[in-house]
Amino acid sequence: MMTDKTTTIGEAVGAIGDGATVMIGGFGVPGTPFCLLDELLRQGQKELTLIKNDANETGMGVDHLLESGQVEKLIVTHIGLNPRAVQMMHDARLEVEFCAQGILAERIRSGGAGLLGLLTDIGIGTRLAEGKQLIEIEGRRGLFEKALTADFALVHAWRADPFGNLLYTASARNFNPLMAMAADRVIVETEQLLPAGGLDPEAIHTAGPFVDCVVPLPGLTKEYGVVRR
Amino acid sequence: MTVNLGIGLPTQVVGHLPADVPLCLHSENGIVGVGPDLGYDQANRNLIDAGGTYISTVPGTAFLDSAVSFALVRRGRLDLTMLGAFQVAVNGDLANWMIPGLFTPGPGGAVELAQKARRVVILTTHRDKRGRSKIVGECNLPLTAAGCVNRVYTDMAVLDITPQGMVLREIADGVTVEEVVAATDARWQIAAASLPTF
Repeated sequence: MMTDKTTTIGEAVGAIGDGATVMIGGFGVPGTPFCLLDELLRQGQKELTLIKNDANETGMGVDHLLESGQVEKLIVTHIGLNPRAVQMMHDARLEVEFCAQGILAERIRSGGAGLLGLLTDIGIGTRLAEGKQLIEIEGRRGLFEKALTADFALVHAWRADPFGNLLYTASARNFNPLMAMAADRVIVETEQLLPAGGLDPEAIHTAGPFVDCVVPLPGLTKEYGVVRR
Repeated sequence: MTVNLGIGLPTQVVGHLPADVPLCLHSENGIVGVGPDLGYDQANRNLIDAGGTYISTVPGTAFLDSAVSFALVRRGRLDLTMLGAFQVAVNGDLANWMIPGLFTPGPGGAVELAQKARRVVILTTHRDKRGRSKIVGECNLPLTAAGCVNRVYTDMAVLDITPQGMVLREIADGVTVEEVVAATDARWQIAAASLPTF
C-alpha cells in the first residue's frame, strides 16, 4: 500500500522557516500555487529566497510576499510584468539574480537529478556570465552553471493521488515537474485528488517518491482565473 | 518550419499568418503548436503564450516542461525566432533585457533564442519612446547575444545584417530614405536605387 501524503495547507506550509529557500512553480498565472503562497503570506515567514520563473503580476502570488517584506532575494528569469519587483530591485530593497530561462530550468533539473551543475555556451560574453567559471573541453568553451536545490518546493498540480503522483495541464506544467524533484521537501497543491490507482501509470508527469505533502484544494481562488488586462 | 515568437510585438504575428503555410509555433513556456488567440470568454485559464495572451491549440499541439522547451531551442530545432529589441547594432549584436538604472525586466528566454535559433529576426519600433534610434553602430546596453541578428523589421524599414554590414532592403510606404537615415544612428548600405515599400 502506498503512503498517504495528504495533509492540511497550514501544516504543509508551517514546516517552512524564516530564511528558507523556496522554489515556486508557474509561468505567469498557469502553474503558480497561489493557495500555498497565500498561506505563506498568512503565516509570515521572513527573509525568504524565492526561485521562480517570474514575480507574477501586481496583486497576485509572489507580489503579495514582496509587498509584505517577506522576500530577501529572487532567482528569476523575468520580472517585467511586476513593477513592484523592478522598483524594489532598483532601490536595492530586493536582491535579484537573473538567469537565462532554459538555464534556470536546467540548473533546477540538475539539482533534482543529483548533479553538481552543467556546462553551457549560453550567455558567454554577456553580464549573465559574470562570476562564472569558463571551462574549455575539446576546443569548446562552456560556463559552469551550478545546480540549484532548495529547502522547499511549492508545486501546483492539476491532478494528484494521495501518494503524490502528479499530472499538470497545458502551459501550467512549465517549471513544476523540475522543482518537484529539486527540493528537500516538496509541497504540492492539487486541483483534483484522485484515489490511488486513479491515474494512468503511463501518463504520470511526476512520480510520487519525489513528493512529501499533497494538499487538496477545496476550490480555486480568483487568482487562478483568466486575467482580463 | 518551427518558429518562436517572443513577447511584445512578435506574438501579434500569430493573427497575420496565412493558413496554408506549414508552420509549428513554439512558445517558450512549454508549447509547440500554438494556435490563434482566444478572447477572454473562450480562454483556457491554463493556456497562455509567453506574453500572457490566452491562446488555443491546433491538431498536433504538444505541451513541454521548461527544460524540454529550451532543449528544443539549444539543440538548434528552431528555424526562426522573432524577438523585440532595446538596441540592435550593425554587426547583429542584440540588447533587449536590461536598461541599467531605468528598466530591467530580465532576459527570460531571449538569450537562448537569440543565440541558438537558426535565424533571428527583430520586430521593433525604429525609435524608442524618447525618439532615439534603436538601430545603432554599437550597443551601449548590456547584450543579450553578440552577432545574432539576421534581419530587422521596424515601422520605417527592413534591414538585413550581412557580413558586409547593415543593408537597407525596404522602406515603409510614405517614408523616404532620407527620413530613415535621419531616424537612424548607424551607417548602412542601400540594396538598390529604388527600394520596394511595405
